Amino acid sequence: MNAVRFEGRDIISIRDFTRGELDYILNMASEMEEVAKRGSDMLRGRTLASLFFEPSTRTRLSFEVAMQKLGGTTIGFAEPDISSIKKGETLADTVRVVENYADVIVLRHPLEGAARFAAEYARVPVINAGSGAEEHPTQAMLDLYTILKEKGRIDGLDIALMGDLRYGRTVHSLAYALSLYDVRLYFISPSMLRMRREVLDDIKGRVDVVEEENVEDVIPKIDVLYVTRIQKERFPDLSDYEKVRGSYRIDLNLLKGAKDGLIILHPLPRVDEIAPEVDATPYAKYFKQVWNGVVVRMALLALVLGALE
Amino acid sequence: MSKRTLRVSKIRNGTVIDHITRGHALDVIKILGIDGRAGGVVTIAMNVPSEKLGVKDIVKIEGRELNPEEVDKIALLAPHATINIIRNYRVVEKQRVKLPSVIYGILKCVNPSCISNSGEPVKSTFYVEQEEPLRLRCHYCGRIIEREDVLKQF
Repeated sequence: MNAVRFEGRDIISIRDFTRGELDYILNMASEMEEVAKRGSDMLRGRTLASLFFEPSTRTRLSFEVAMQKLGGTTIGFAEPDISSIKKGETLADTVRVVENYADVIVLRHPLEGAARFAAEYARVPVINAGSGAEEHPTQAMLDLYTILKEKGRIDGLDIALMGDLRYGRTVHSLAYALSLYDVRLYFISPSMLRMRREVLDDIKGRVDVVEEENVEDVIPKIDVLYVTRIQKERFPDLSDYEKVRGSYRIDLNLLKGAKDGLIILHPLPRVDEIAPEVDATPYAKYFKQVWNGVVVRMALLALVLGALE
Repeated sequence: MSKRTLRVSKIRNGTVIDHITRGHALDVIKILGIDGRAGGVVTIAMNVPSEKLGVKDIVKIEGRELNPEEVDKIALLAPHATINIIRNYRVVEKQRVKLPSVIYGILKCVNPSCISNSGEPVKSTFYVEQEEPLRLRCHYCGRIIEREDVLKQF
């Protein structure tokens, strides 16, 4: 993979990556496991700005810790209410100010396409940490990394994505990423939360896709179950939310028919879609994903800032 | 004079839009904002026999010459159309419409949560993924827009 060059590159959409590039990132993440434990000064003197226009703890902490473990520093805001945005500043202006303070910008924004737009204005690399209901590419990379680490491979697996497939941004990025591998995908959701047509069109022809409403039928067939939260804030009409909440819940009873090696992933936070009793089973890998997120983001930061070739 | 020439009679000054995909003449009228109130003669011919397309639609507009942006709009709905500018009964300019691979500015993304619909300094940008049936992808949010979505905007 000598041709891969990441220095200065924006990380906006998983669609901008080839399989070779994703494999390369996963490989670098694996090398970061040791670095993450002992720390490094690979990015000493470099600054990450995290601009979070939407609430998030996990993703922001994960990026900030990744930067600190590489010796870099972090600045930013997590509450647009207290910043100049409240005074009506545009994203284009915010980015052109912040690029003077930072070597890389990590952006979360409620509007779709915000990261792509910000990257057009910023001279420093922009990493998309979630844009509306659209995409969350670094989450997809850490999900791939978790599957690879836990199962030893991605090719040849039967993988189910379950829950809010329409509004959940993590599943859009993940479905696209998985379509670059030789897998069979099951999309399990209530009919009103089915996977978006854009995503289905994109992956059609590359992988087998089965759409299901019933999770019980799928459990015995799969190697990976990726569960997502039904997000209340994505529903314009709350009565629609009440109709579907809690209709997809993973508990020990449901898992009786599961394959031995099944792994269950979740981007977190969960509400009640996975019963706490599942946490103690060997299936549960969702808390391990959190650590994997740190090493994947370390790899990405080191790559886009040119500290890794 | 044969019946055939009567049906598509000549205009003195204006534009003839020929080789419109059958069934799209009224879409072209709509996209150009023609409602007949401007006064000039507008002739619409549908399902006219054509060597190139089998059948085609034709629109003739007296007293109006299309500008390049209007030609681009027609290309969205009738990618095979030809535009003839007529002055004093003669064709002075003939051009085939061509859908560019990227469309800037003339369309709005249908996604209300797209950054291109916010107050940011941004020009809408779409990639043409397919000409017929029309399929455009928003550069920013990735949303697909189709012929019906385009028609609603004019």
